[in-house]
Amino acid sequence: MSILVDNQTRVVVQGITGRDGAFHAQQMAQYGTKVVAGVTPGKGGQEVAGIPVYNTVWQAAEEEKANTSVLYVPSAFASDAIYEAVDAGIQLVVCITEGIPTLEMVKVMQYLSAGQARLIGPNCPGIITPGQAKVGIMPGHIFQPGRVGVLSRSGTLTYEVVYQLTQAGIGQSTSIGLGGDPIIGFRFVDGLELFEADPETDVVVLIGEIGGTDEEEAADYVSQHVSKPVVAFIAGLTAPPGKRMGHAGAIISGGSGTAEEKIEALEAAGIPVASKPADIVGLVKKAME
Amino acid sequence: MKVHEYQAKEIFAKYGIPVPTGQVAQSPQEVRQAAAEIGCPVMIKSQVHVGGRGKAGGIKMAQTPEEAETLGAEILGMKIKGLEVGKVLVTQAVDIDSEAYLGVIVDRRSQKPVVMVSAAGGVDIEEVARETPEKIHKLTVDPLFGLLPFQARKLVFRIYEDPKIASQAAKILQKLYRAFWECDASLIEINPLVVTSQGEVWAVDAKFNEDDNALFRQSWIAQMRDRQAEIPEELEAREKGLSFVKLDGTVGCVVNGAGLAMGTMDLIKHYGGEPANFLDIGGSSSPEKVTAAMRILLRDANVKVVLFNIFGGITRCDDVANGLVSAIKEVGVDLPIVIRLTGTNADEGKEILRRNDLVAVDSMEEVVQKAIQMVGA
Repeated sequence: MSILVDNQTRVVVQGITGRDGAFHAQQMAQYGTKVVAGVTPGKGGQEVAGIPVYNTVWQAAEEEKANTSVLYVPSAFASDAIYEAVDAGIQLVVCITEGIPTLEMVKVMQYLSAGQARLIGPNCPGIITPGQAKVGIMPGHIFQPGRVGVLSRSGTLTYEVVYQLTQAGIGQSTSIGLGGDPIIGFRFVDGLELFEADPETDVVVLIGEIGGTDEEEAADYVSQHVSKPVVAFIAGLTAPPGKRMGHAGAIISGGSGTAEEKIEALEAAGIPVASKPADIVGLVKKAME
Repeated sequence: MKVHEYQAKEIFAKYGIPVPTGQVAQSPQEVRQAAAEIGCPVMIKSQVHVGGRGKAGGIKMAQTPEEAETLGAEILGMKIKGLEVGKVLVTQAVDIDSEAYLGVIVDRRSQKPVVMVSAAGGVDIEEVARETPEKIHKLTVDPLFGLLPFQARKLVFRIYEDPKIASQAAKILQKLYRAFWECDASLIEINPLVVTSQGEVWAVDAKFNEDDNALFRQSWIAQMRDRQAEIPEELEAREKGLSFVKLDGTVGCVVNGAGLAMGTMDLIKHYGGEPANFLDIGGSSSPEKVTAAMRILLRDANVKVVLFNIFGGITRCDDVANGLVSAIKEVGVDLPIVIRLTGTNADEGKEILRRNDLVAVDSMEEVVQKAIQMVGA
């Protein structure tokens, strides 16, 4: 009951000997994720909480059959780590790292377009299939297995929404944090395509925010390709133009990327938009009837 | 990060883009001296990080050094959209035959750089984009190849007929793209690109925004930061690792995570209140960050209540609670504080608050409604 990750996913943690990498490697393993290897160049042969460390992703893929990587690598080295993972045949790269230069990501996206590997992030909380695998930094205990797919550009706002769903007894199939940067790999339309094809997902929740046009593209995609019900929430109605609201990607520029435009586009595509986070639960319940 | 026009012109000059001679001045006497050295007529241009300087009276032409001094005295110290003018650029005035626009940004949809040119220069380009988008010619650049010479020609021949002028403009456009790419700009613009009556092409104004994420590898641009030209609270917040934007309302907000912070602002508005700010204390929030956040918020006299909305993930609720308690002791808070704590170590956090006579609620709805009641009362 999931997309992209499940209990068969074999995760390699890039940057596992760093503070965040070591902590979250253990957290992921405790959640039940198959964390099969870590990589830090020059630290091959060591172990972190019983997880073997390799010098290269290529070795981790070869020796431990890792097929998914998660990055806790400092921003200056993150793009190289993404290239390395893709080159080693990793199918899904989850980049938690924040602060990667935008033009560096422009190059990364160009590189990825030549192959099949997917990138989630950067600057994202990661992906979780509740009860099976957590690849990222989200607090696992607020999630519950179920049939609602969640796609979000924000971290803590996702936790807020998921927490309310779980409290209402509504579980999630897979929840993906897409990241707060202007250039990200996996976008709403990619998630919608996978959830539409996933027999274990009944409803999709989109959590968007100001900046860019990903929500508008999602609205367009839903009206053409998605038969499952989709509900949405957009943050940033009160955000002033020209100010970056924390996320590099959350900025209203050139009079576009406003919450109003996004809400209008989603509603025009028949997607109900919650006026506050607490109303999402009601919209999901209604969609499941 | 924004840089001033004179700094953007330094970057341009480094890339061989022709800019009029200019000098920065910080006093009327310096303006006079600069005008005399450059040769009148000169333009005196306020250096502040906002658009619409001309309309606000922040750009003037002087015919003599004496007039330059008088106008310099008027412009220096004036406020444009709340920002005080501390510096002016005194620059050679050029006679204008035509004005165009050149710019480069990253297009989020195609995830590639886009070069834009328009014959409608000298005016607000966003207005042109809204009202007459057909006047802007765009070209998506393959980042692996950069802007090729023929692509630059293809664009400039759409706005210039004279091959001599087009050839100069094409070279400028390629240099502009190279500066954008090599310097990690998030936006680079020449508006206007002027053709003089002698057929020379000049970048008369220059705009350059740097990608904050790239400052670590562009230290020479990072050094251009003008701390005096920034909103003091936003500057202080950034130095403490907080993300802060000042707004005009009465409900001060402290939230972890950008999306949740925006969601909190929206909910305040939804229930009839007005947020005083956007404030994201970030992921791994130490008690020191919370103290810094409180100091910044309390300086705003409009703030009538402080609202904490914390959903612990990486952020630990006990860290936030400790920070809050020490902030109250250190800063001396006499405003009401409403708190929501959920997630990692929420129980420990609530216990810390309870020992200090503070109460936390569980839901975002509840805490926002509570804050609104207090503002209304």
